[in-house]
Amino acid sequence: MSAVATDVQKAVEEAAAHLYVWALKDIPQDLRDAIREARGRETSTPGQRVLDTIIKNVAIADEQTTLVCQDTGIAVYYCRVGEHFPLHPARIYGALYDGTERATIEHPLRSNTVHTLTRENTGQNVGYRVPIVHWDFVPGWDGLDVKCVPKGSGSENMSFLKMCVPADGVAGIKRFVLDSIVGAGGKPCPPGIVGVGIGGSADYAMHLAKEAIARPVGTRNPDPDVAKLEEELFELLNETGIGPMGLGGDVTVLSAHVEHADTHMTLNPVAVNYQCWAARRATAHISSEGIIDYDREA
Amino acid sequence: MADRRLRFPTDEETIRSLHAGDSVLVDGHIIGIRDRTQIRIFDQGIAPPMDLNGAFLLHTAPGVRKLGPGRYEPVSIGTTTSARMVRFTEPLGRDHGVRAICGKGGLPDEAIEPMRRYGMVYFAIVGGAAALETTQIEEIEEVAWEDLMPECLWKFRVKDFGPLTVGIDAHGTSLFHDVQEAALKRLETLYERL
Repeated sequence: MSAVATDVQKAVEEAAAHLYVWALKDIPQDLRDAIREARGRETSTPGQRVLDTIIKNVAIADEQTTLVCQDTGIAVYYCRVGEHFPLHPARIYGALYDGTERATIEHPLRSNTVHTLTRENTGQNVGYRVPIVHWDFVPGWDGLDVKCVPKGSGSENMSFLKMCVPADGVAGIKRFVLDSIVGAGGKPCPPGIVGVGIGGSADYAMHLAKEAIARPVGTRNPDPDVAKLEEELFELLNETGIGPMGLGGDVTVLSAHVEHADTHMTLNPVAVNYQCWAARRATAHISSEGIIDYDREA
Repeated sequence: MADRRLRFPTDEETIRSLHAGDSVLVDGHIIGIRDRTQIRIFDQGIAPPMDLNGAFLLHTAPGVRKLGPGRYEPVSIGTTTSARMVRFTEPLGRDHGVRAICGKGGLPDEAIEPMRRYGMVYFAIVGGAAALETTQIEEIEEVAWEDLMPECLWKFRVKDFGPLTVGIDAHGTSLFHDVQEAALKRLETLYERL
């Protein structure tokens, strides 16, 4: 590898190590605003108690620079790689792996990764195919964006897929999302972000649902039909009465995000991926010279 | 819905004085327990090396820093989803005299009857609020079964632990059941608007 690539690889590793810990401690402003706003409209006593506790918890994490939630999650990264970025994705993956491992040992963070059959711990939040990295490639650009989303298991366990048929239409999509969130109750730590992936294939719909939870709270899909669905789902889900931590109330979700892909004429897949109220994410923009610009709000 | 303060371990009478929806702060000693800990006790039949009589059990796998042999300090202690461990509710009450189970997300309806029969409650904590929870743990006093790390048996001394909400009381009321029932009813009208 060239000297430039070596330096850039070090920068990506450094960014991963920083992002993982930072995301766990300092939640984004859009999420903080959404929680405050939720407290303003919640009328149930247990619901208010939960939201007050959440607000107090975030303040303590700030004051003491401690983790917001003990579940350090499974490390998920979203990479947007410019065509002219000097480091090959194979090396970017290695750097993200090393950074995740280093952060876990140095902090120290609880390690969650286990072999899926033997359940034996496989390492310091790394293992076979972990961290999980999603890739996008950008023509005519020389930078790299890395978004770290440590995903907690309480919310990830509340993931659902249904292969609706075309005749189920949009009503079928909405009904499945409603049923999923009511069925999940308090388990995924509501109020959080409901990510919905529609279209594509079974696996791609779930991928899109995960992408949807990684968006800033309240952002809207650029397609007006999809954006309308987001708003309708937000209203409907908050009328279920599940409430904060499933104890009953007006606020069940902070936001509903939908990502879509075109699909086969006989397919109508719907995937739901939940993100808890501690919707942790942090981003770094890395230049072709390896200069890192951290961004909490992306 | 009353505001209460309790010290653990405690007795059946105190537990039966609580009602679903009450807000509770806890002092005294609580015991951390999780999936693998309870699999060892109940599926492998190995007696726990801590007295669970009158105990408050917290569903947790704490993040800790090792200070020395058998000595740890908290890094980040939070609470996990309880529903996975519901089948242990009855033997915990019947065979060990446990009085309270605390976790997040609630317990399914099969916990209601054992809690009523043996005089137990389920305390709902705010999942993910580990920064706050960690400040309410004064000390990790004892650890057993370190080979299950982090799913050991942990004894914590706590002060002002909470606020917790009584999610299931010892009189057969479950907020989770009631919320779910109301939501299913509401869904029928929401379906009409799709």
